[in-house]
Amino acid sequence: MAKVLMKGNEAIGEAAIRAGCLNYFAYPITPQSEVAEYLSKRMPEAGGMFLQGESEVAVGYMLFGASGAGERVFTTSSSPGVSLMSEAISYIACAQCPVVFVNIIRGGPGLGGILPSQGDYFQATKGGGHGDYHLLVMAPDSVQEAVEMVMKAFPLAEKYRNPVMILGDGLIGQMMEPVEFPEYLSSTPTNKDEWAANGMDTRKSDKPNLVKSLFLDPKALNDRNLLLKSKYDRMKIEEVCYEAYNTDGDYQALIVSYGTMSRVCRTAIDFLKAQGIEIGMIRPQTLFPFPEEAVSKASEKQSCKIVLSIEMSMGQMVEDVKLSVLGKRPVKWYGKCGGEVPNPEEIMDVIKEHI
Amino acid sequence: MGKIFNRPEALTDAHTHYCPGCTHGVIHRLVAEVIDELGIRKRTVGIAPVGCAVLAYNYFSCDFQEAAHGRAPAMATGIKRVRPDLVVFTYQGDGDLASIGMGEIIHAANRGEKFTTIFVNNAIYGMTGGQMAPTTMPGQKTTTSPLGRDVSLTGMPIRMAELLSSLATPGYITRQTVITPKYINKTKKAIKKAFTYQMEGKCFSLVEVVSTCPTNWGMTPIEAVKWTEETLLPYFKLGEYKIPEE
Ligand SMILES: Cc1ncc(C[n+]2csc(CCOP(=O)(O)OP(=O)(O)O)c2C)c(N)n1
Ligand code: SF4
Repeated sequence: MAKVLMKGNEAIGEAAIRAGCLNYFAYPITPQSEVAEYLSKRMPEAGGMFLQGESEVAVGYMLFGASGAGERVFTTSSSPGVSLMSEAISYIACAQCPVVFVNIIRGGPGLGGILPSQGDYFQATKGGGHGDYHLLVMAPDSVQEAVEMVMKAFPLAEKYRNPVMILGDGLIGQMMEPVEFPEYLSSTPTNKDEWAANGMDTRKSDKPNLVKSLFLDPKALNDRNLLLKSKYDRMKIEEVCYEAYNTDGDYQALIVSYGTMSRVCRTAIDFLKAQGIEIGMIRPQTLFPFPEEAVSKASEKQSCKIVLSIEMSMGQMVEDVKLSVLGKRPVKWYGKCGGEVPNPEEIMDVIKEHI
Repeated sequence: MGKIFNRPEALTDAHTHYCPGCTHGVIHRLVAEVIDELGIRKRTVGIAPVGCAVLAYNYFSCDFQEAAHGRAPAMATGIKRVRPDLVVFTYQGDGDLASIGMGEIIHAANRGEKFTTIFVNNAIYGMTGGQMAPTTMPGQKTTTSPLGRDVSLTGMPIRMAELLSSLATPGYITRQTVITPKYINKTKKAIKKAFTYQMEGKCFSLVEVVSTCPTNWGMTPIEAVKWTEETLLPYFKLGEYKIPEE
């Protein structure tokens, strides 16, 4: 397929359709409302379904119900909206339903602002709702990658029967870039008749299916948590994704940065290279599971004096970076989160300060 | 001699956990009988609430999903929108539907979602030990209104059937009770009508059932029936509040 110029939000909507997801429930919020606007027209054209729920709280359960009935479903929202969906996300994770969430993050906390931020890292990777659970979290750095991640998200959600979250920011949603949609690899969930509450007459067995998250027996609840943990452990082996930039030779510092912020860091690294200063970068593409080993190994390079976690948040990912580096190198954070994206010069100054 | 009374196929043989004299069990049975009579067990998905009926899926022999407190109508919306061929019902208490889930029920009804809600109004929070509900009567003592509900502080009990009937969207809204056999028969007819409207793709349907909670009302089952008749029914009047036009 030829490249087309598309706004991130619209490309995300289109990618879902091409991934075979024809069910979309959402509630408008800046900076991602264009997804709902786009899909309100495209979904019916593609033979799909779009419903604007009355709130993100309700949308969370519309997704839960639809997914629990065995159908492929997704939503898009932004930070305060995802907070409202967090109740449902916790239930969905426990009930093991595959739902895809896209969070185009805006500045917070509270009503915050409407400009790009990465302030929902904790919420996305450490829970957000109550209880012990994780989402599989992916963070694109371009419209192209956002499209690819959305298309991968559905089979992954179904493989693990676990919610998947694409964590973008206002810039990814709002900017226009050329995109090429990957060939749609047709996939349908294969095991749904074993678990989905989709009507007994659609399956061979005469046993009712039950989609639930209540386990009053402490042993049963512990078992469910162990089952969930085993899925997260498997993700840590099979799903870690990252990009290494300028890490082949020697470098004086290692940057860990993701999404839009990593693009700025890449420019700063190129500028410094022209001045004879070598800096490496690991860009996590999955935030959960976090590329611990890659960060750990890259920080061990003899020449590397310091590891810098550069984020559009007040030092959230830096905790995972520290856990990866385990004290072998000093780890420092730099970031901003009012909605302003740090520019390459600023990043160059920060790096120079530390080497 | 032939058997004249059977357990409906749509019920399992599990013993329910409901207290003696509680009418949840009667309402379960009516729903199951209607499912059997309509022959829809294998394409029905029930949604269990948070409340005393949270384990309803142990008692019905059809597919079930379990919602969070109040969110069953949103879940039912999700299922029906992606699988309109399924028959979907929610089973909710008054704390569930008239308090935490007020937004979800009003919007689902207003969108005319084609599912059925069985709304069990027992004027109290049963499962959590008898706290005040939005349907608690003026002066009624509960664990969070120990001196009796003071309406100057907490407002009057919410009449959901009337409230939902004020929506301009077509719907089937009725209030019934199950405290005596005469009422039980009427309630069953109402439940059957509600499911039938759903199956015909006509409208949203809700059957409010005025129910008892002897345990948390601090009454014997017989006193509870009497109190329902004397105190609840004059305020929560029975009848059909809204019927879709033919
Ligand atoms: C979000 C949330 N808040 C509170 C509760 C606690 N809770 C469980 S059941 C219940 C009241 C249920 O009362 P009602 O819906 O009237 O049903 P009943 O038990 O009387 O049948 C409450 C408050 C909960 N489970 N979840
Ligand atoms: S607590 Fe009340 S509503 Fe719950 S089972 Fe007992 S009597 Fe019924």
